[in-house]
This record gives sequence, C-alpha cells and structure tokens, in this order.
Amino acid sequence: MAFQALADPSRRAMVDRLAQGPATVSELAKPLAMSLPGVMQHLAVLEASGIVISEKVGRTRTCRIEAKALSQAERWIAERRALWERRLDRLGQFLDETKDD
Amino acid sequence: MTKRSTTHATFVIERDYAHAPAKVFAAYADPKKKARWFGGPDEWESAHSMDFRVGGKETSTGGPPGGVVHKMSGEYWDIVENERIVMSYEMHLGETRISVSLGTTEIRPSANGATLVYTEQGIYLDGYDDAAAREHGAGELLNQLEAFLNAEA
Repeated sequence: MAFQALADPSRRAMVDRLAQGPATVSELAKPLAMSLPGVMQHLAVLEASGIVISEKVGRTRTCRIEAKALSQAERWIAERRALWERRLDRLGQFLDETKDD
Repeated sequence: MTKRSTTHATFVIERDYAHAPAKVFAAYADPKKKARWFGGPDEWESAHSMDFRVGGKETSTGGPPGGVVHKMSGEYWDIVENERIVMSYEMHLGETRISVSLGTTEIRPSANGATLVYTEQGIYLDGYDDAAAREHGAGELLNQLEAFLNAEA
C-alpha cells in the first residue's frame, strides 16, 4: 500500500515536502503544477495508505507524515524505492533532452 | 546497546522509454551521462566515481549540506551490452552500514523504444534503526526538554 502510494511522482514530491515538516494543502500545491482538487485526490491516496494524516483547523487543512504507519525498516525500503523511482524519472528526462549518439 | 535486526526486501520498478536500448544502456555505461541522473537530490553536495567493467567499482557520496553523509559503494558483476547490468552495493549513513543490495537492470526493446526493469534485492541491517535514531536524536532531546519544562510549570 505504501509502495503504491509512493509510485506517483506528485505524491513523492508531497511526501518529500512533508518530510521537512507539516504543511497546509496550499503549501503542498504550490510547487506542483496542479489544481487544489488534484492535490486533494493525491492526499486522499496518501491518507488511505496511512503515510500522511491531515487535520482541519478552521479553514486550513494541515498535513503531516504519520511516522508510526511504517516501521523504520519499511520506511527505509520505501525511501530506497522512491529514490530509484526518482532516478529513473531523471534518466527518462535525460534521454529526452539528449540527441542520439 | 544495539538491537540487531535484518530485514530482507525486494522491489521491482519498470519504465518505458521512447529511446533505443543502446541509448538507455549508454546512460549507465558512460560516467558523464550517469552522473546526470544517478545522484541524490539536486541540492545535495555529492561526488561520483565509476569503472564500468566486470569487477569495476562505483562509489557515490553525498548528503544534504551540513547533514549526514550517504555513501554508496558497489561492484559490477555482470554486464551484457545493451541488455543487462548486475551490481551489488552497500550503503553507509555516516559510519553505519545500513544495507547491502543486489541490483539488476534489464533493458529490452519495446514497440516504443526500450523497457527497463530494475530489481533490487536487499538486506537492511539494524544499523538503519541506529542511524535513523541518531538523526532524530537532537529533536528527541528537545522534545524531552519541552515535556520536562511543561511538567515543571
């Protein structure tokens, strides 16, 4: 479930941001070229996986990582997988940017 | 006292690229090309070296500015041009060995260009829990101080 939740680049970006500390939904949306409803959909997947929890105070929804959802070893493996997902995304970008030899 | 633990895990990642297998393979084989996509996040300070042949070594060292150093060091075991790369590598977080992995990269022609499958079989060692605890240690200390001050109030 956690692996699946982290298989998407936008969700990984959101988790990366939350790894630095709690953030509001609009703060999560800012660096992503995405509408607020789109961000809410990704957030729902992350919440269903138990990785992220959110809380609404007044009109603001604040999100944070739920560290207890994963054991440290599981977290590490999820991070390792996310690292390789990012690398292979960058490899794709690199291939697209360079001409054939 | 270190609590010993070993966790075995395998993950598989598949990607389709609209480029020929030879071009994908070259992005692994040429150190200048590999450095363009292989490192950590952009803001990390990092160094990379590799000797792309069977028995050759690869190292990558980096980390957030002022943060814990992540060090990868590996060896190539099998290379089939344009098709397959098998390597093993260990990871250190600071001084602690946190994992030893076998990584297999397979490249196949596809209708679109190439399909790449990366399989990692790893053993994650107790050191990770130790190292992670060290990273969180400073924050934990402040939390305890805060709890202590709150209890005093």
